[in-house]
Amino acid sequence: MSTTAAGAGPRATPAGVEHFDADQPYRISGSVSVRPESFGALVYDFHTRRLSFLKTRPLVRVVETLADHPDVHGALEAAEVPAPQRDQYLKALAGLAQAGTIKRRSEGDTP
Amino acid sequence: MKLVDHFVEGLNSPICLTWELTYACNLSCVHCLSSSGRRDPNELSTEECKAVIDELQRMQVFYVNIGGGEPTVRSDFWELLDYAIAHDVGVKFSTNGVKLDKARAAQLAATDYVDVQISLDGATAEVNDHVRGPGSYATAIRAMENLYEAGFGQFKISVVVTRHNVDQLDEFKAIADRYGAQLRITRFRPSGRGADSWDELHPTREQQRQLYDWLVARGEDVLTGDSFFHLSAFGQELPGLNLCGAGRVVCLIDPVGDVYACPFAIHEQFLAGNVRSPGGFDTVWRESELFAELRGPQSGGACTKCSHYDACQGGCMAAKFFTGLPLDGPDPECVLGNGERALAQLEMDTVVPKPSLDHSHRTTRGPRKDAGDGAQRGSTGGSGPVPLTLSVRRPDRACDSDPLAGEGTRLPAGIRVG
Repeated sequence: MSTTAAGAGPRATPAGVEHFDADQPYRISGSVSVRPESFGALVYDFHTRRLSFLKTRPLVRVVETLADHPDVHGALEAAEVPAPQRDQYLKALAGLAQAGTIKRRSEGDTP
Repeated sequence: MKLVDHFVEGLNSPICLTWELTYACNLSCVHCLSSSGRRDPNELSTEECKAVIDELQRMQVFYVNIGGGEPTVRSDFWELLDYAIAHDVGVKFSTNGVKLDKARAAQLAATDYVDVQISLDGATAEVNDHVRGPGSYATAIRAMENLYEAGFGQFKISVVVTRHNVDQLDEFKAIADRYGAQLRITRFRPSGRGADSWDELHPTREQQRQLYDWLVARGEDVLTGDSFFHLSAFGQELPGLNLCGAGRVVCLIDPVGDVYACPFAIHEQFLAGNVRSPGGFDTVWRESELFAELRGPQSGGACTKCSHYDACQGGCMAAKFFTGLPLDGPDPECVLGNGERALAQLEMDTVVPKPSLDHSHRTTRGPRKDAGDGAQRGSTGGSGPVPLTLSVRRPDRACDSDPLAGEGTRLPAGIRVG
């Protein structure tokens, strides 16, 4: 997957925020639970007690299938997120990474 | 469709579920929202409680606010606490501290996914014990010391704001700081025995302003359960969802399994069903006619003509109901004085609804010289209350900022890292 589509690279990441790199593999955090709702899903992190909202169904699919793909772009592709919307999705995912909802995955890593 | 509109129409499962485990209580607070005192013989058994927890796990109710009564006087309380946590249901429980000795404090400090909220309604024993009963201040402070010494982390101190303690907000904050706790202040409502103490205890109009100013100036780290949204009509909107969550994202399971729209609305009119009925809680939540009605369009009555309606949404359903005002009328504490005018105009023969249940200790009611105890802890039992108990910063706004993923909102259960 290309890096050019990202827009969420290091330079787009505010200082102090966990570096989100869409070329890397990610997964949902182990302490996070996803509950489907009509608008998308509610996401709750039992560890931080933080509640977040995924406001589209494709985003829910992306988040839930991150672990099945070698990088974030692959998950976006598989969820059939239209190309013009990719930047917006990457921004949302960067926010979720910052909140600890999703985490970078390492080899042999399981949630 | 904005996220908040989805909330209005109701979610698959509640976000903020209060579960009062027992009507039994060692105290008899004069403002107790559930008129607690005596155990109800029909209380859910241990096994029935576990079945409810199983169901909450299936529904992905991420956490529950457990209260009472005093939940810790149930002999199976600690067993149910562990059972819930083991089944992916986080717990925040409200207590007056009576059972939080050093051993329990250490046990809690070693337990993940539990938050503790100590009820305190005066920053001094004099003010607190007047409402909650003799010795209750000392009990609460001792529990705080025990949690602090056990290294529990950030527990919460829950205060119902009254006419007598509204001048003590800075002192409450100081107590919270002393124990590394977070302050939570919520609105007093005329529910349960609160109906009897309402005239004496609810903040005056001047005090409402004082409270609003304090929240704006000092409320940054203070939880409110969004319970003061009626004060937003003073000007700047207060953080939180300006929305009554009753039956939409909030509800109450009472000790006998009855499901009410909100912790402050224990009355037949707001009874949606019982968890013991076929289909259990899930069916009540999804199919109750009452909840369907609450999730439908609401009439704001004359209030819709007010320029502040967007801010206060007509205020609190329970506060209106238990003061005898129509549900489409103004809140009794409307900051523009519309509630006071409406109350003055009530016909002499208006029947003000009484709570359907009363589990008060039979010996402690009556004229009070110096005591009474109890707590208005619905919101949690916590807290929370009526309006969404999403605790902190307005998620609706945060969500508006990004069409895809809402910034995290901390729930009342929140904050403690560990």
